[in-house]
Amino acid sequence: MFKWLEKNLPKIVMAPAVGLIGWFVYGFVLWTLYISFTNSKILPKYELWGFGQYEKLWASRKWLISVDNLLVFTALFLIFCIVIGIILAIFLDQKIRAEGVLRTIYLYPMALSFIVTGTAWKWILNPTLGIQKMFIDWGFENFTFDWLVNREMAIYTIVIAGVWQSAGFVMALFLAGLRSVEDEIIKAAKIDGAGLFTVYWRILLPMMRPVFFTSFVILVHISIKSYDLIVALTQGGPGISTTMPALFMTQAAFHKSQVGLSAASAMMMFMAVAAVIIPYLYSELRRENAR
Amino acid sequence: MQDNLKSSSYQQLEQKSKYTNMFLRWFLYFVLILFASYFIFPLYVMVVTSLKTMEEIRQGTLLSWPSGLNFESWAVAWGGRGYGAGDTFLKPYFWNSIKMVVPAVFFSTFIGAMTGYVLTKWRFKGDSWVFLFLLFGCFIPFQAILLPMARTLGALGISNSIVGLVLVHTVYGIPFTTLFFRNYYVSVPTELVKAARIDGAGFFKIFFKILLPISAPIIVVTVIWQFTQIWNDFLFGSTFSFGEAAPIQVALNNMVLSSTSVKEYNVDMASAIIAGVPTLIVYVLAGKYFIRGLTSGAVKG
Repeated sequence: MFKWLEKNLPKIVMAPAVGLIGWFVYGFVLWTLYISFTNSKILPKYELWGFGQYEKLWASRKWLISVDNLLVFTALFLIFCIVIGIILAIFLDQKIRAEGVLRTIYLYPMALSFIVTGTAWKWILNPTLGIQKMFIDWGFENFTFDWLVNREMAIYTIVIAGVWQSAGFVMALFLAGLRSVEDEIIKAAKIDGAGLFTVYWRILLPMMRPVFFTSFVILVHISIKSYDLIVALTQGGPGISTTMPALFMTQAAFHKSQVGLSAASAMMMFMAVAAVIIPYLYSELRRENAR
Repeated sequence: MQDNLKSSSYQQLEQKSKYTNMFLRWFLYFVLILFASYFIFPLYVMVVTSLKTMEEIRQGTLLSWPSGLNFESWAVAWGGRGYGAGDTFLKPYFWNSIKMVVPAVFFSTFIGAMTGYVLTKWRFKGDSWVFLFLLFGCFIPFQAILLPMARTLGALGISNSIVGLVLVHTVYGIPFTTLFFRNYYVSVPTELVKAARIDGAGFFKIFFKILLPISAPIIVVTVIWQFTQIWNDFLFGSTFSFGEAAPIQVALNNMVLSSTSVKEYNVDMASAIIAGVPTLIVYVLAGKYFIRGLTSGAVKG
């Protein structure tokens, strides 16, 4: 008995973690999947109903707006974060004075919650007392900046705040990547007459392919799950013009008693994340095995 | 002769490139400082706004300097105005968050250390599949578990309680803490463990005598990561708690959204700063560890 215990102790120690994740992650996702195929309203029902909730979902105007917003947000969020991140990383890599201070400034938003930063941006962007008033007081009397309350433009305020929060992080990833390149490669290129621009454009950036890949996956992941920032900044408004899938899901589940529909929307989000993550994990594992 | 020619034109080139270089460096610093001001701008606005009176806010601009160090709105944000109903302030929720963060960070870190230890030093058949099984938990969108989690907490009788939130944060922290410790212990030579085993040391003795003493850096990384994640969480807090059991981020959001009285932006900003200060302090004091956690646990976002 004691021997058995000793022999299996490692597995026994592993058991709680495996059990908890098995139940709370895999079990729960399967439960949500099952509920998405039922006609559950306020309470879950367990008789199957087929794809009805998914049909309802894709016929819902609010869901279509959510998906549309998600695509716009993701595209802009990706482009700006990666471009700003790369520029800052390359510039910081030029033996800059006070690099540590600058790096700290670029990255501190990552330490704050989206609720805190959303509150700040909401105040800055509000048309009555924020940036708009600042410019008017400076003498630009016709200056308008009302994106926050403008149906067409409100989604871009979320981009502004989102990029502000995450660009420094992309900078950190690229800076770490650039620093890991051996000096010899750069020196050799310079001896061959390559200018600084060529060194980066032709040699270093192409070497950063894995970093691009990682940033892409992380940023898409952040944007699919974005919820807090929208709650803090616009609550999905004006109207439903800035709603997104994560907001749609929680509202359907906890405010509108559409449990089945919210489960279907959650599964759509799950599949979107899986479509990005599975190739990533696969390539990471292959890289690790190749080593 | 040719060599000479080459070197003189090279000198010219060098002279020219000296000016271009100087220009480039100025440009470099200009861009870097421009972005630094973009990043610092909201923090600056938050701080100065929190120090102004509402009168000053209406008259001045976002950037204008407060007339003095007026911490009144900080006091209101933290302790309220002292009239009963409808007077929401952050103090009780701040303590809620502390009561939630400390046990959740402790449990998730401890479990992660144990699983990381087993997965690297007591390997068994199929252990890499177990690791993958746990790792997948880093990636799921939490929307896919919100509904069953709400029901489970209800069934356990711990919905809308700190205990419930501790459970939620512990469970969904395990994949990350496991990842951190596993990746750290992989680089610890297994010979150490093997030698100790031959000397008759058992499972726990090896962990506490050999692994734990060298784990300080990864414990710091993990604790900082978990602390930041849990302190800043809003989704779980707002879904599984309300009213008096809410953590600080939920309370902050409710305070800012409440439309009962005239908007007091100075109090809003003071509240936001109070809710952000703990993680900001950790970041400033232990930035190195913060970044290390970020780059290895970032899959979560």
